[in-house]
Amino acid sequence: MPVASIRSAVCLLGRFPALAGADLEVDDGEIVLLSGPNGAGKSTLLRLIAGLVPLHTGSATVLGHDLARDRRGARRSLSLVGHETFCYDDLTVSENLRFAARSAGRSASAGDESLERLGLARVAGVQHSRLSAGQKRRLALAVAFARGPRLLLLDEPHAGLDADGREVLDGIVSAAPAEGRTVLIASHELDRARALAHREVAVVAGRTREVAAVPRRSSAP
Amino acid sequence: MRLLREAVLVAGKDLRIEARSRVVFAQVLPFGGIVLVLFAFALDPDRGLLPRVAPGLFWIAVLLASLLAVSRAFAIEADNGARDGLRLSGIDPAAIFLGKTAAVVVELLALEVVLGAGVVILYDVRVTGGPALLLASLAATTGLAATGSVYGVLAAGLRARETLVPLLVLPFVAPVMLGGTRAFEAALGGVTSEAWPWVELLGVFALMATTIGVLVFGPLLEES
Repeated sequence: MPVASIRSAVCLLGRFPALAGADLEVDDGEIVLLSGPNGAGKSTLLRLIAGLVPLHTGSATVLGHDLARDRRGARRSLSLVGHETFCYDDLTVSENLRFAARSAGRSASAGDESLERLGLARVAGVQHSRLSAGQKRRLALAVAFARGPRLLLLDEPHAGLDADGREVLDGIVSAAPAEGRTVLIASHELDRARALAHREVAVVAGRTREVAAVPRRSSAP
Repeated sequence: MRLLREAVLVAGKDLRIEARSRVVFAQVLPFGGIVLVLFAFALDPDRGLLPRVAPGLFWIAVLLASLLAVSRAFAIEADNGARDGLRLSGIDPAAIFLGKTAAVVVELLALEVVLGAGVVILYDVRVTGGPALLLASLAATTGLAATGSVYGVLAAGLRARETLVPLLVLPFVAPVMLGGTRAFEAALGGVTSEAWPWVELLGVFALMATTIGVLVFGPLLEES
């Protein structure tokens, strides 16, 4: 069974069709790159899969949940890294991570592991509001991993990260299939993202098409 | 059991944020105190009137302060996409509602203790009927917090939420004002038996507001 199956999906933002008949099939353990210009619908496609925007027409099934009937069902098993951190300014890095882990039904120690993995141990006791932009990007990724997701949705994950942060991120994404995760990356940094992805899907004007280029990596473990 | 665990998680998070930011104690509490003092100034020429109207003035001060506390409870979800994070968390929306309501109840009860002391000092009130006062406070505060949380999430995604929340909440909490005032009047007047029907009314209101909140909070959160 595919992790995500989207057919002729139409999503409206107000009256504007941000997705105008998008199709996407993602199998378990795949790393799929979504490419395309600004405003093409990449972020909306990720937010649709996360259940944050409603499906107007078409069909969408994510982790076995039909999004037309149940937008919340899959959320516990996925993480979205968007343009914001989803964190609380007055909580520390460690507190934000522990809350994220426990809200996904995991132990607080999962948050501590994520802290180490993303190299945030040094700022564990620092409040979110006092972090630099780059540290906030790392924290957003750490929050996503603290939840132990089966499906990881990354929207411009390299943006705002320093060289070391990018290396850490690439290592985590590369290791995802072996850890039983599926990854969808929307990115403008195509060279970097293509090196990670098994295949590429272009999103243009709210529609999708498979890119004919030869995949850079072999598929799934 | 999971519902309770998640509600405690959300309440703990909100109370930790409040303990760190101290908005309720640095802003809401002084606001309630100022309201009490202004009433004292306004009614000062008639000193005999103040003890008689103290219950109503107390609940007006609590009601106005509760609007700020509820607005604050949802304002913390507005920054950094935290509301989307809460939706994505997978926490049952009913648990989010119960957790947020519980956190507001704790904050308001603490506020009421301080405002109550202010009423005793400023309005020359002698405290009697302790159990009735305590139960009336608990039920009224739960009703206020639950109603506020429902309308707080309803207005959360709107630009005019700061002005909309009072407009939505105030008409619906009239039974709390009425029941709280009457229960306090009876208890402080030494006729506790007359307080219990009002305490029961407050309990029914709190139960209804909490039940409605559990049922509607999820859809409202999705649309906010």
